[in-house]
Amino acid sequence: MQGYIYPNEYELQWSLLIVLYPYLTGLVAGAFILASLERVFNVKEVQPTYRLALLTALAFLIVAPLPLQAHLGHPERSYQIFLTPNTKSAMAMFGFVYAWYLMVVLLLEIWLDYRKDMVQWAQASTGWRRWLYYGLTLGATDLSPRALRFDESAGRWITIIGIPSAFLLHGYVGFIFGSVKANPWWSSVLMPVVFLFSAIVSGIALVLVLYMLTTMFRWQKIDMPCLDKLAQFLFYALVVDASLESLDFIHRLYEAEESIEILGQLVENRLFISLIVLQVLIGTLIPLIALGTTSPALRKGGMFRTPPDLRQLIYLTSAVFVQIGIFSIRWNVVIGGQLFSKSLRGLTVYKVELLGIEGLGMTIALLVLPFAILWAIAKILPPWPESEAVRPAAPQTA
Amino acid sequence: MRSLPQQVPRLAIVFGVALGGLFVARGLLIPDTFGDRGHYRAAAVDSIAAQPVKFAGRAECAVCHDDVLKPHGAGNHRGVTCEVCHGPAQAHVLAPLEVKPSVVRKRELCTACHAFDPSRPLGFPQIDPVAHNPRAPCIGCHRPHTPEPPTPPEACSACHGHFARQKAVSPHAALTCETCHQAPPQHRTNPRAALPGKPESRTFCGQCHGTPETGVPQVEMESHGQPNLCWQCHYPHYPEIR
Amino acid sequence: MTPDGARPSGSGEVTPAQGGSPVDRRAFLGHVIEAACAGSPLLLGVVKLPALVAQESGGYDATEHFYGMGVDVTKCIGCARCVAACKIENDVPEEPYFFNTWIERYVLRPDGRVEVDSPNGGLDGFPPIEDEGNVLRTFFVPKLCNHCENPPCVQVCPVGATFITEDGVVLVDEEYCIGCRYCIQACPYGARYMHPDKRVAGKCTFCYHRLVKGKVPACVEVCPTGARVFGEVEGRATPLAQFMRFNDLQVLKPNLNTRPKVYYANLDVEVR
Repeated sequence: MQGYIYPNEYELQWSLLIVLYPYLTGLVAGAFILASLERVFNVKEVQPTYRLALLTALAFLIVAPLPLQAHLGHPERSYQIFLTPNTKSAMAMFGFVYAWYLMVVLLLEIWLDYRKDMVQWAQASTGWRRWLYYGLTLGATDLSPRALRFDESAGRWITIIGIPSAFLLHGYVGFIFGSVKANPWWSSVLMPVVFLFSAIVSGIALVLVLYMLTTMFRWQKIDMPCLDKLAQFLFYALVVDASLESLDFIHRLYEAEESIEILGQLVENRLFISLIVLQVLIGTLIPLIALGTTSPALRKGGMFRTPPDLRQLIYLTSAVFVQIGIFSIRWNVVIGGQLFSKSLRGLTVYKVELLGIEGLGMTIALLVLPFAILWAIAKILPPWPESEAVRPAAPQTA
Repeated sequence: MRSLPQQVPRLAIVFGVALGGLFVARGLLIPDTFGDRGHYRAAAVDSIAAQPVKFAGRAECAVCHDDVLKPHGAGNHRGVTCEVCHGPAQAHVLAPLEVKPSVVRKRELCTACHAFDPSRPLGFPQIDPVAHNPRAPCIGCHRPHTPEPPTPPEACSACHGHFARQKAVSPHAALTCETCHQAPPQHRTNPRAALPGKPESRTFCGQCHGTPETGVPQVEMESHGQPNLCWQCHYPHYPEIR
Repeated sequence: MTPDGARPSGSGEVTPAQGGSPVDRRAFLGHVIEAACAGSPLLLGVVKLPALVAQESGGYDATEHFYGMGVDVTKCIGCARCVAACKIENDVPEEPYFFNTWIERYVLRPDGRVEVDSPNGGLDGFPPIEDEGNVLRTFFVPKLCNHCENPPCVQVCPVGATFITEDGVVLVDEEYCIGCRYCIQACPYGARYMHPDKRVAGKCTFCYHRLVKGKVPACVEVCPTGARVFGEVEGRATPLAQFMRFNDLQVLKPNLNTRPKVYYANLDVEVR
């Protein structure tokens, strides 16, 4: 502690769990937007990751509200947010945005995309798996061309609705912070946009890592054009994200409002490692340089010709670095915004608990959980290209 | 008209059940008084209003203790309500014979307000608890209900210690407070009601600083700093020119 | 500048505590009559007071009131009787991290440095000022919930567990609060905290349970110098109305448009 903080500010209100929440929703939104690249924008190269991205989004979306729930003083009352939502409250919309995204967008799109496969798997398997797949189809087993055409076109429409919904989901999370006028570190109109683009960055990077790892562990060959395309989009998203972050930073410096002094101290004393080193250097600059030179983002075939094996390694490392950087962004926003007093006269400290419901252990558990869920879902609904039943020919023209 | 694809009714059932469930839950679970007076549970206001009172308030004390409160209300402690010193007394109001409020004899209670602290407003009566009759209970000399300073302070430093200390190490150390400030007698007993004066003309300072015979630093009174009063630029309790 | 002639300072000043006129004349009169009637049987132990209390609050009409507070910074002596009384009256947790009201001490140095502290909210007194000779200005400032007319805490509450009552007091519904702490983040004044046992947001209630019984908040009741003045914000003959008429008023962080109803007189520019 240094300087003066209000007596009620000794306790930090939002802990590591609340860092996790925007990180997880960001991955959801990012993964979904990647999936929609193939579906809506016809980026054929990334097709192998389409289903993986959808299932990743679903797995992380299931976990996303858990840190919030665990953090509540009265988790047993959380249902009230559906009963008496305060229409003036940004947070009250959480339940509805979440429900909309889960029910109307993600589950529906996955269901429509997998329905034909589920019917065929049900027919091909026996015992409980047979009943599971039948149950999952909701009994809609019609595989006539007309029904399949409906799946395809409805799925496409839902993806189109899904893109603004994904924007909404994560832009909204940014708004929760950006609209707190009491907190000069948070209060920024750019916050939702920054959140959104960092979400896209993190989602693409996550799917890239997952695609590489799952392909390698299934002893399959990595589809290099797909990977190059992913790296290319990761680079573009990173450029936009870094530009927005810099704009926000320059804007604050230039306006130099009342809070600039304490925010300067905050960055120098409390956030130096997490902001300057992890977020800017490791999370942004290094991946930008690595991807910019080796991926086909700036020049077809990359600035430097690199053998595919090396490129895979560079992509993988960059994507992991990007994840570290994005997690640091969430940390810097959520924790950083609470490390200075609203009296603008002092800084406080945050010590991460090791165990306990808001501790490091819980955070790691909640970070591992989506992967476990993804593994389970992938067992039931394999997203791998080779297990996919042959798609109807020329779906886009159907 | 062609029939809908099979998927549509199946999905409609799922979504219908989910939405219906939400509406049923809303009907069942929203508290009764929610929304009666605004977007909140009106019953909460009543339960907050029903919290027990602990500080009874002076009016309650007056019901029985008029003999004390009448003189108290005319004395210098009239703004200090009973429970400032005697503690919360609602329990005593409810059960006058069983519960008795505390009678305080400790110096600490008095020094909570009257120990010298430079952050306190000017003129608030303060003492140095270490120098001022240490260990003697305050109520030995002062009547807490109608306190008067035993003798109105002779030295200005009793209240204005920080000025006195500054002046003591300044070139003006030899001057008394009365040299520049004429305090009406009432100021000693009721400081804010009658404030001391301060020099209102340049010639006042000129008596020394415009008169070479005095041997103090001189200025050209006619030209220097016109038309301001000297103390508008120079701090007389610690003048900067030596 | 305060018209000192117009404001009867020191002598004969009407503080709510001494005058005993807590809310408004009507309530005051009723209160005195009730107190007079209630007093003697009480003394004999005949009537139990809870019945009387219920009777008093029963006649309370929230729509007839709109409360605010005045704080005269130049009268605060930093004794923190208000902090102590508040903790007792409202069962505020005793740990030094939970305060409905607290006292800040400001020490402004000639070189422009500003030192602020509030050890245990001022409850245990303040340590001596270091380098006491090198002080430009120093003073105490009482802080509490500002009971804003446009409160960001109420705006952000997702479920409607914190709200403004009809008489302008910002309250928390302890049985409905989910403990998300968004209101604590949204309050620019640090006036809210997470109650360690109840796991819900805690804050100043203006001693709402006292208001409905015609009493002033505990902090106002025990303020020995009349630095705190309580009453109706709008045009009634209450101490606050007088305070607002005769002082130049300021509120904290006016740029945030929260429209506080705790009005400060003689507030220093460095206070925030």
